[in-house]
Amino acid sequence: MSALVKSSIARKWIMALSGLFLVIFLTQHFVINITSVIAPDTFNELSHFMGYNPIVQFIAQPILIAGLIIHFIMGIALEIKNNKARPIKYSKYSGNANSTWVSRNMIITGLVVLAFLGLHMYDFWAHEIAYKFIYAEPEAATRYYAETVHKFEPFWRTVIYVIANVLLAMHLWHGFNSSFQSVGAKAVNKGNGLRKFTYAWSILIPAGFIFIALYHHFNQIH
Amino acid sequence: MKLTLKIWRQASPEAKGNMVTYPLDGVDGDMSFLEMMDILNEELVNKGEEPVEFDHDCREGICGSCNMMINGQPHGPQKLTTTCQLHMRKFNDGDTITIEPWRAAAFPVIKDLIVDRTSFDRIQQAGAYVSVNTSGNTQDANSIPIEKAKADEAFHSATCIGCGACVAACKNASAMLFTSAKVSQYALLPQGEIEATDRVQNMVRQMDIEGFGNCTNTGACMIECPKGIKLENIARMNSEYLKANV
Repeated sequence: MSALVKSSIARKWIMALSGLFLVIFLTQHFVINITSVIAPDTFNELSHFMGYNPIVQFIAQPILIAGLIIHFIMGIALEIKNNKARPIKYSKYSGNANSTWVSRNMIITGLVVLAFLGLHMYDFWAHEIAYKFIYAEPEAATRYYAETVHKFEPFWRTVIYVIANVLLAMHLWHGFNSSFQSVGAKAVNKGNGLRKFTYAWSILIPAGFIFIALYHHFNQIH
Repeated sequence: MKLTLKIWRQASPEAKGNMVTYPLDGVDGDMSFLEMMDILNEELVNKGEEPVEFDHDCREGICGSCNMMINGQPHGPQKLTTTCQLHMRKFNDGDTITIEPWRAAAFPVIKDLIVDRTSFDRIQQAGAYVSVNTSGNTQDANSIPIEKAKADEAFHSATCIGCGACVAACKNASAMLFTSAKVSQYALLPQGEIEATDRVQNMVRQMDIEGFGNCTNTGACMIECPKGIKLENIARMNSEYLKANV
């Protein structure tokens, strides 16, 4: 079993499945966030549900964090292994002639997104943990909308969210499509609907997050 | 045509190599890249210098020996072409051409542009075969009906010449296109089914032992492959590997 997990293909499977899991999470995250633009009451209800439902809090959330950590650790491990596979670099390497910059630099886009997650977790997750478990504040089902909107008041934070989501889109552009190849779906190579769907999703979801951040930022200015 | 060649020179596997610049005049556009290298070597020999070592054999694009990283691309700028089939008309007068060996831990340099690709042989030895009874009662392979599309795909996978351009092009020095082509050429045929489990497990294990990097699906291997081996082979190997282990 340990030999299997150490194999290069098993690692590809782990990378791909954890990535696909994060894609599903992002979709759910976006669906909830967009309600902050179109229906603030619904946003409050959904946020309260996510914040206090025991299944979400004590089963789904640890699984999500585990998925994120696995994806991150495996990504770093692969990068180290791949660097060792070419100890002497080419003096001239024309990568753009045969592959996209995004596909070759997943580690860069991934690390930027990870760094952003630090801020994002500090902004929302750490705040929630402190609210509920450190200060033991009472449940307040209508506080989420105002708190979220307030976060986007500073220009610097909005800019960081925009940049991070551009990098996220780049990461997803290669990663989402590539994960199907890794789990053995040959169809993704044929330029069919699956490939087009992954590309469209990779742009639309981060674009949606950017829209939400900008919407709340400029709504407060005017 | 006047050219400036920047070539990796390394006297032995242990020696420290470096890029050496050579001016070369009188290159004709109709020469193959290897003929251009022959002219350079003639000049070097006439000057009493050590010629540039490079691998070559058939010079017709089927042996997979003439491996050079030319201006940062395996086998040079022309797609679906080995170095021996690349002509100098693809370059311009006054060009500087950088020529390096394949770079991979699993392909150590023997001398100058020649690398040791026996790691590929060991991957093949680990499972890229079908065991056939050759006692005299061997069944004719053509007596087993095979779907035309599958036979064509297996044949296309089998056209891999094992040159290593996939490894050279891959930013991770991954050998997954090569290994998957060799897995696929049997996995697609009924003759290969019997040993399918051991084949994919053993070949992947050997590929990992050799120290190749891991595939991150950039697709560079397929673009640079002189035989156009497809990425679908890697997807097929990934699913074959799962089937073999679950």
